[in-house]
Amino acid sequence: MTIAALQPNATGAQAWLRMYRSMVAIRAFEEQVNDLYTRALMPGLAHLYIGEEAVAVGVCSALHAEDYITSTHRGHGHCLAKGASADRMFAELLGKAAGYCKGKGGSMHIADPDTGNLGANAIVGGSAGIATGAAYASKTLGNGRVAVCFFGEGALGQGLLYEVMNMAQLWKLPVIYVCENNLYCEYTHFSETVAGDIVGRAKAFGMEAAAVDGQDVRAVYDAAARLVQRARDGEGPAFLLCNTYRYKGHHVGDVNREYYRPKSEEQRWMTERDPITNLQKRLVEEGFAKQADFERIQADVEEETRKAVEFALAAPYPGPSEVDQDVYA
Amino acid sequence: MPETREITFAEAVREALAEEMRRDATVHVIGEDVAEAGTPFKVLSGLVEEFGTKRVVDTPISEAGFTGIAVGAAMTGLRPVVDIMFGDFITLTMDQMANQAAKIHYMSGGKWKVPMVMRTTLGATRRSAAQHSQSLQAWLSHVPGLKVVMPSTPYDAKGLLKSAIRDDNPVVFFEDKMMYKLKGPVPKDDYAIPLGVADVKRAGTDITIIGTSSMVQVALGAATLLEKHGISAEVIDPRTTWPLDERTLIESVKKTSRAIVMDEGYLRYGVTAEIASVIAEGAFYHLDAPVRRLGAMHIPIPFAPPLEDMTVPTEQTVCDVARQMCKRA
Repeated sequence: MTIAALQPNATGAQAWLRMYRSMVAIRAFEEQVNDLYTRALMPGLAHLYIGEEAVAVGVCSALHAEDYITSTHRGHGHCLAKGASADRMFAELLGKAAGYCKGKGGSMHIADPDTGNLGANAIVGGSAGIATGAAYASKTLGNGRVAVCFFGEGALGQGLLYEVMNMAQLWKLPVIYVCENNLYCEYTHFSETVAGDIVGRAKAFGMEAAAVDGQDVRAVYDAAARLVQRARDGEGPAFLLCNTYRYKGHHVGDVNREYYRPKSEEQRWMTERDPITNLQKRLVEEGFAKQADFERIQADVEEETRKAVEFALAAPYPGPSEVDQDVYA
Repeated sequence: MPETREITFAEAVREALAEEMRRDATVHVIGEDVAEAGTPFKVLSGLVEEFGTKRVVDTPISEAGFTGIAVGAAMTGLRPVVDIMFGDFITLTMDQMANQAAKIHYMSGGKWKVPMVMRTTLGATRRSAAQHSQSLQAWLSHVPGLKVVMPSTPYDAKGLLKSAIRDDNPVVFFEDKMMYKLKGPVPKDDYAIPLGVADVKRAGTDITIIGTSSMVQVALGAATLLEKHGISAEVIDPRTTWPLDERTLIESVKKTSRAIVMDEGYLRYGVTAEIASVIAEGAFYHLDAPVRRLGAMHIPIPFAPPLEDMTVPTEQTVCDVARQMCKRA
């Protein structure tokens, strides 16, 4: 394949490197979360997105700033890919007043109107209605915005998803349902929880549906860009299955995982299917970038992440007077 | 005095919706059979003719789904009013109401707002058995972040529904199915009744009867019976269970020294328990008798008419309890 053939209008070397940087930033963020958590500096729960970066980055790269997303309990990657800044994210994860939600939401509830983030959601599948409702409002108001609903394959067990997919298709709403199949619903392989064909479920509604290699950010981007444009043009909703893998446990404390998946499987995904390493290799092979580019990005990201953590650690907790504020608007 | 005319409770609800929809193009009505059918109770008849099917939207039978869509649409620029035909069906929407709508403002640190209304019904004695007769206002009153409105007259229904629609929070609006044909004076001109302000429906000196929604008419009937026994009853309608106008309730009981609290929800762990506790704390040293509570029996509502009629308080029950409390039995 020639270099020219790989340079569609919206992409090209700069765009690929931007996506690469985004993925590296998410991974660096999550590694810091892991570190903060294991050093007992972070309260609560943390569900890491490491291994799945190409999904959030590929999809969000196809969105405009004013488009909407809803996210999940494993949502740090989505929020960052949609434009959240690492310092206020860390601050929120540590429960600090400078966090995106003044420390009242935490890891599973990052929300930010400025980046179109309607909120991460700690109820599996709980945001399917919200994303669909945002698309309903977009269509009503004619503002051209598209909503993306991220969810894991665990949410395929929730009835709400099918209720709103049905209405989205009936009403031709501009919403994309992005299913991240990382193979495990908590500690259970998806083959034990999902019957039949995942994409077939969306097709049963007459919905545009596709499956893509979720470890290939360019493939995710291409698929998402097509479906987003379609939705923006008034052609209705779509379903995008991204096949991916969760490198770490269900949450940071889920360390001994061999009772539900072998180490060899984890190793295989990390060495053969890593979205960052593979993009790096391909960009070099295709002449888009040199090793030095990646080293510079890595150094920049590490420095930014370090500063962001410092900011969050030094930031104060919300004052006691905040406890009953924001219950009602 | 503003010019008034006699209209029914159902007409008052319809007028409030129509006037708010004329005033504000972002107000949508969403629910099952709300358009051409105008709901099984015909409360919404005529709305679709004026506002069209884009704003009076028939949905599939998917209570959780369209409630979730309303949450997302409310966050992104609309003011949806969802219609849950029978109050019993709010159980299907509980995640969307209790975990999503109620918490989004707080979890986002006050950034996202959810200006939506859920209209639904309550009340037994319609021979509809256990799944179409419940009064579940306590469930929603229990959740911080929600407001709960329980009008008892056409005047209150119209004025409170306008405030509910204009409110920037999720508001649940309970209508007594048996009250739709009740007539009362309603001003011709625009007016709104603030949420959180109780109304003295009848002034009295010997005992305070606090009633919500359907129980207000029962309380007023009982007050008339009590008059014949020389007992002067004050009837107070909190109008909203949250926010709760504690001051008006406490002041009345300080004056009369006796209180009966009535609500058609199940007696156990219900609205009456909360209000009785407010009175016990606020007016303890003024009480001449323990606060009494009257509500639905703690059983599924039976179908057989003679059995069903036993499950809810009647004017005679209230009268007997009041006479015992005033030692004039």
